[in-house]
Amino acid sequence: MSSIFESQFRASATKLTADLRHRSLIRKALKGYEKSRDEKKARFQDWEAARQAAAETKWEAINHLDKYLSEFADNLARRGTKVFWASTAEEARNYILNLAREKQAKTIIKSKTMTSEEIHLNEVLAKAGYEVVESDLGEFIVQLRDEAPYHLVFPAMHLTRNEISHLFHEKLGSPETDNPEELTMTVRRDMRIRYCKADIGISGANFAVAETGMIAITENEGNARLTTSLPKIHVALLGIEKVLPKLSDLALFLPMLATVGTGQQLTCYNSMIGGPRQPGETDGPEEFHVILLDNRRTHLLADAEQRDALHCIRCGACLNVCPIFRNVGGQTYGTTYQGPIGSVITPHLRGLRDWKHLSFASSLCGACTEACPVKIDLHHHLLQNRRNAVVLGTGKLDRIAFRGFAFLVNHPGVFGVAVKAGRLVQRLHRLIASSKIDPLRAWTASREAPVIAKESFRQYWKSRHK
Amino acid sequence: MTISLFIPCFIDQLFPSVGISVVRILEKLGHKVDFDESLVCCGQPAFNTGCWNEARDVAIRVVDGLKNAEVVVIPSGSCGAMIRVFYPEIFKGHPKQEAALSLAHKIYEFSEFLVDRLGVVDLGSRFPAKVTFHNGCHGLRELRLKQQPRQLLRQVKELTLVEMDDQTSCCGFGGTFAVKFPMISTAMGEAKCASALETGADFLVSNDSSCLMHLQGLLSRKKEKLKSIHLAEILASF
Amino acid sequence: MSRRDEILGRIREGLRLRVHEPKRAATSSDGVRTGLTTREWLPAVPNDPEGIVETFARNCVELRTQYYRVTGLPELSGKLFELKDSEGWKLIASHRDPILDSILPSLGLPFLLAEDRPATADVERADVGITRCDALIAQTGSILLTARSAGGRALSVLPPHHVAIARESQLLPDLPAAFELLNKTYGDAYPSLITLITGPSRTGDIERILVLGAHGPRTLTIILLRDPR
Ligand code: SF4
Repeated sequence: MSSIFESQFRASATKLTADLRHRSLIRKALKGYEKSRDEKKARFQDWEAARQAAAETKWEAINHLDKYLSEFADNLARRGTKVFWASTAEEARNYILNLAREKQAKTIIKSKTMTSEEIHLNEVLAKAGYEVVESDLGEFIVQLRDEAPYHLVFPAMHLTRNEISHLFHEKLGSPETDNPEELTMTVRRDMRIRYCKADIGISGANFAVAETGMIAITENEGNARLTTSLPKIHVALLGIEKVLPKLSDLALFLPMLATVGTGQQLTCYNSMIGGPRQPGETDGPEEFHVILLDNRRTHLLADAEQRDALHCIRCGACLNVCPIFRNVGGQTYGTTYQGPIGSVITPHLRGLRDWKHLSFASSLCGACTEACPVKIDLHHHLLQNRRNAVVLGTGKLDRIAFRGFAFLVNHPGVFGVAVKAGRLVQRLHRLIASSKIDPLRAWTASREAPVIAKESFRQYWKSRHK
Repeated sequence: MTISLFIPCFIDQLFPSVGISVVRILEKLGHKVDFDESLVCCGQPAFNTGCWNEARDVAIRVVDGLKNAEVVVIPSGSCGAMIRVFYPEIFKGHPKQEAALSLAHKIYEFSEFLVDRLGVVDLGSRFPAKVTFHNGCHGLRELRLKQQPRQLLRQVKELTLVEMDDQTSCCGFGGTFAVKFPMISTAMGEAKCASALETGADFLVSNDSSCLMHLQGLLSRKKEKLKSIHLAEILASF
Repeated sequence: MSRRDEILGRIREGLRLRVHEPKRAATSSDGVRTGLTTREWLPAVPNDPEGIVETFARNCVELRTQYYRVTGLPELSGKLFELKDSEGWKLIASHRDPILDSILPSLGLPFLLAEDRPATADVERADVGITRCDALIAQTGSILLTARSAGGRALSVLPPHHVAIARESQLLPDLPAAFELLNKTYGDAYPSLITLITGPSRTGDIERILVLGAHGPRTLTIILLRDPR
């Protein structure tokens, strides 16, 4: 039986895969990325060694997570940061809600954080009456459209400038234009006012450095720097898997993230924040809160086979190369994290029964695994999820079919009869092929069926060895 | 040397000429070919669908049947990957683990066998046509076969090899994926066909018949002239 | 039990099950690798001083950072004068620093100093933020600065133009060197903000087309100051 999420996935995938405009839009958007990514990769003296080192570093961090996380939290607390440990999404949301209430905040400005999408923070804050604004351009666009980000890194890549112009015209009253620069400036002006009056700034983090107790944020626009500098209170929300052992690890991770994330050597701003304004500093928030979110990450951690999925640095590289992602689009997944990594981890975070279909919706081509800068064995994890789903008792029909198949191939006599029957069936099948009553319609709706050969290889072999 | 041939079920039934070509080539090179008719499937369809136990039931027969083989050659990167990469996985902790590992070490995909094991690239073949090559993903990423088929094609007389755009992207077949999610599979295949058609080639070559079955299905439906052909069939043109 | 202990407990429980190394990622014998070995994998940087300057300059061009190399303070203030005239600056935001102190007054413009804690809205009105920094990094064309070296957090990101001034001795070859410097300079009393700035603010969020000045400065100028011989 398929879950409601699977039905939604299928419906949306059917629509998007047939949408040729979408197909070419995404292809075009990614062409430029591919070129600069490959060019920046080639500048590395040894990209593969860098990947290996990054995988080892994350392996060390994740497999000693208790140690590094404690170190991270203690170092932060030592310099006046309030660290809150949240087991669930709800605990994290409530902490932020209480903080906003206590500080009598009105306006909250956010810089891009997928973790806040994960806990549906915006909805909850808005419902409680706070004005919440996404400051990242792409996030701001999808927020205005009231939809989920399309991509971990490029939230609005599915929209054309004209669609964005209409949107701004309608929601912000700005004049229509097909100039991306003008559109960007509209948001810049709008956002400037909001930065100055925001009471709380909420950010995510790309890394959490244990050694020095710092979060590291990677961005291009400068919105995260403003979000974390101007409001009196800065709240950073991050998953417990973000940890890196040492500050100098960033010398490797920052350029790798930029290379495969956006095709840059480094993104414009890489900021490491280790506390609220320190004595002797001229500005910066008075309070810095760090929320460490579990939300079933420990569940994934306990699965030793797939533990490396926690190495993920959310660079989006696996999405960009994924032919499934490119054809069904990011929003079809219905998950916070799209693409191969989303298909791997969502069953762990939100239940295998409901989300197993994502692991089946893959040709297992392995392009994701090859692209991943921290060498997560993504497509093999999809296979493991499929196995786990079968063990869970889903996919009974498949199992019965394959049991029958195993019986057939293990009994050559019966197999021979079945093959003969197959010939006959194929002749009959031609009469109904690709019609509505064709049981093979899943194949024949778009493809001609292959023809069974007059003489099989086995017959050939027999005849020449007579 | 004596080479044990593994011919998966769909090649046996749908593309026997691929198997026949392999036999002709190996015999031309002076080797003895051995074939065990009772081995029809490596178990991959079951494995990929999550039915690892059922896959193992099929695989045990393969492991036993090829126990004494010197080397095993299989004209499919996908089945080759199943045996080399995934048998060790499904036999973990199983009494036949050792046997499965030893099979994994002596199995070769066809082009890999010629180039890496035998050191042969020129078979004296002649095939007057313009072709483009599609890598099956399992061969490409599980077995790291990228150059081998191309090295072989480059030696074929009167053959022109043109590379297509996005040459390493998946064709969208993916085994049961092709019928479980036909809309995605079809969209991926259409993109692949478009890249192949753009090259103006006469033939679309691959070392995996399963990819070709899917792509040919799409091409035939659209009545395109581009024809699919397995690498072995080209190399056996001598 | 505190929430912290609860989560740490779950982590330990999860890790206890089986700590196995990922198939293709063996840890090196010396444990976690440090920034020193990273140097061997990152993009190569020449090791002669002129080569380093050239690499830096090339990266600036690629990033659309304006880059100038000047000799001595008079030439530095001449360059700033030029920029002031060509861009029509009216208000400068800056911070206390020996070099800046000796130059800013000569520009003949009103200026805000971070040490005087100007209102955010005032800094926002400034035409330019002029700051020092901790280092420049040739490998990536970046500026390394901190809340301590560059007058806090806002100066380098709020005004539409950021001018960073560095001595030539501050130019480092690569990222590992930058992290070594941080460690040496600050030990365990790090400023609350450290940032690597690599080119002017930008976005590609609309059809992946590059637009400069998304939220931060649209113009970034780096002036490299050589000591007169
Ligand atoms: S799984 Fe790997 S490639 Fe995908 S987002 Fe995470 S780090 Fe990047």
